[in-house]
Amino acid sequence: MGWALITLTAVGAVAAIVSWWAPPRLGHATTVAAGVASFAVSLPLVARTAPTSALGGWLRDDALSTVFLLAVSFLYALTSIFAVGYLHPGSDRVAAARYSRRLFAGLNLFCWSMVMAVIVNGLALLWVSIEVTTVVSALLVAIDDTEGATEAAWKYVLIASMGLGMALFATIVMYQAGTTVFGSGYELFYPKLLAGAPHFSASIVRLSFVLAVVGFGTKMGLVPVHTWLPDAHSEAPTPVSALLSGSLLAVAFYAILRYFQITVRAVGPEFPRHVLLGFGLASLALAALYLARQRDLKRLFAYSSVEHMGILAIGMSFAAPIAIVGVLLHVLAHAAAKGTAFFGAGSFLRKLGTKDITRIAGGVGALPLSGPLLVLAVLGLCAMPPGGMFRSEFLIVSGGLSDPSDAVVAVLVVLVTLASLGLVFYASSTMLGATPDNVVRGETSAAMVVAMVGGIAGLILLGVHPPGVLSHLIERAAAQLGAPT
Amino acid sequence: MNAVLVAATSTVAVPSTFDGVAESLTVVILLSEFAMLRAPLSRSQIRLYSFQSLVVSILAAYIAAAKGLPDLYAIAALSLSLKAVVVPVVVLRLLRDARVELVASNRASVTSMTLMAIALAVFAIFVIGGLPVHSSSLPTTAFGLSAAVVLVSFVLVALRSDVVSQAVGFFSLENGVSVASLVVASGLPLIVEVAFFFDLLVAVVVFGVLMRVHHNRTDTLSTEALDQLKG
Repeated sequence: MGWALITLTAVGAVAAIVSWWAPPRLGHATTVAAGVASFAVSLPLVARTAPTSALGGWLRDDALSTVFLLAVSFLYALTSIFAVGYLHPGSDRVAAARYSRRLFAGLNLFCWSMVMAVIVNGLALLWVSIEVTTVVSALLVAIDDTEGATEAAWKYVLIASMGLGMALFATIVMYQAGTTVFGSGYELFYPKLLAGAPHFSASIVRLSFVLAVVGFGTKMGLVPVHTWLPDAHSEAPTPVSALLSGSLLAVAFYAILRYFQITVRAVGPEFPRHVLLGFGLASLALAALYLARQRDLKRLFAYSSVEHMGILAIGMSFAAPIAIVGVLLHVLAHAAAKGTAFFGAGSFLRKLGTKDITRIAGGVGALPLSGPLLVLAVLGLCAMPPGGMFRSEFLIVSGGLSDPSDAVVAVLVVLVTLASLGLVFYASSTMLGATPDNVVRGETSAAMVVAMVGGIAGLILLGVHPPGVLSHLIERAAAQLGAPT
Repeated sequence: MNAVLVAATSTVAVPSTFDGVAESLTVVILLSEFAMLRAPLSRSQIRLYSFQSLVVSILAAYIAAAKGLPDLYAIAALSLSLKAVVVPVVVLRLLRDARVELVASNRASVTSMTLMAIALAVFAIFVIGGLPVHSSSLPTTAFGLSAAVVLVSFVLVALRSDVVSQAVGFFSLENGVSVASLVVASGLPLIVEVAFFFDLLVAVVVFGVLMRVHHNRTDTLSTEALDQLKG
């Protein structure tokens, strides 16, 4: 199975090069092929029970990384399809071709770096890959060259780089913790660190974990280090927004989970759970308040991402294994639902030329397919059945109830409900009602609809009946994260 | 209990020459961070960054010689060529092209910025430096000092309101982390160090691109105009 990892390493990079040099049409075809191929290659890894390694152990895929690999490659496939429809041939053909070349090369490189982040073995390469995601995505945020995009890109690159500086510090501190066991000059491979973790110095590991949560938490959008997130998500081109929200935040969460794994073994589960609980509650509370009052459709979904990252952090703070199963399922469901929601926002941006909530009305009438699909995605984000988030949040809440942390569960449920109110309110005000007369009914692009259908199909599959192999995969990944018995 | 014992024994031990030199160099790095904080001109800030990087390179070369770690010579050379020469030259050229106000602006007075930075540095040196970093021969005080550099660079980024100062703040944060990696993790595999370096270089390029985009759009290097996105 090593071939799968090597293929994943090659696909995105090759597609990035081809889409930079080739004519736009060939670039689009290559990108779609690369996205679909990455997803297809990830699938056989789902059924593998033993970890897969390649390239002398530098690439490694276990159950935990496979879950996040699915979140990345699924959106890679859908976004590449969506992006083809999202481009519109402007009056200036040369400028359009240049824009297309930059966007598609950037998308491939961005997805490639996220894929690498989850399949590399070791904390050092993990950090390197995530830093690459930052620099590539910062350029993608700036690509529209508007005032807002410039501001968002600067804030993003500065805040995320400072955060990743802290994460690099965390990596070095963790390396230092390991020198007592392994001596100096060892590789930071996961199995090695996990095996040695019980003998690491507890206070050093605690410092490393807190630095990692603050550092990678900046990329994940945890309050109070989330401030770049709404700007970047709303100002980036929509395909980039979908990837930022559905995949990049998940990859940052994956990095935190790798530190979580080590910390649980070194200092016991209480400390990392408390740290994540604090950040999670702050994120959920602030996002629920901001969701109640938004003017920009993409900003609305950005704050919804902060909300869901908060739910993930809170879920990890519950001791019950079922809550961790819920968290990992939530990562996948969030990728499907949030990707689709951003695709919908992008379709309206293309159709009506605005993402201002007060100026969008009767969306279901204007876009007869994308409108209802967007409504479904928003309902999915509110954890309505039959979407996957209903199942995942149900598991998280029931995990919390089986653990004596009822007060936290009550706060979680209240805040999630509050957040849903904001989402549902704005979804109904923009999607329902009479369509203005000057808006012609009809879709702008078939590719955009296909991407949205794919996202909703994934979301409902996760909710109604997750395939058996996937459930087993998530259970194995959750076992990796649990406290050792 | 064990941790207390270790901390007690490590403070009692007489510092070796190696410890003394390494710690002095780290103190110089921290002081140059403070100097950046109060440097009125963007240009002088960049020169200070270049000086700080030079000291980091010297520290790396010194550790390489004292500890017999030839890998670190490569790090010292890379750090010298990229951080002390290439990055400052690129940013200075950008400033020359920009031909705009060279006086960096503050959100707080120099005095309050310095006091805040001192408070953070004290916190880092005593709290983080007080952690029982088990290492047989390395100067653990330098660990607290490098954390102080990181925290002071946050003050620089947060309280200066021009893109040059903010970028320099990030670059010097990276210097602080480099110091930490040199003093507490000098055995870090070379491939990892090189990967970190490569990444920094890419980040610098992106900072440069975005600074240029910002300047072309607003004709200034101030971040005052970057306040449209709220809520």
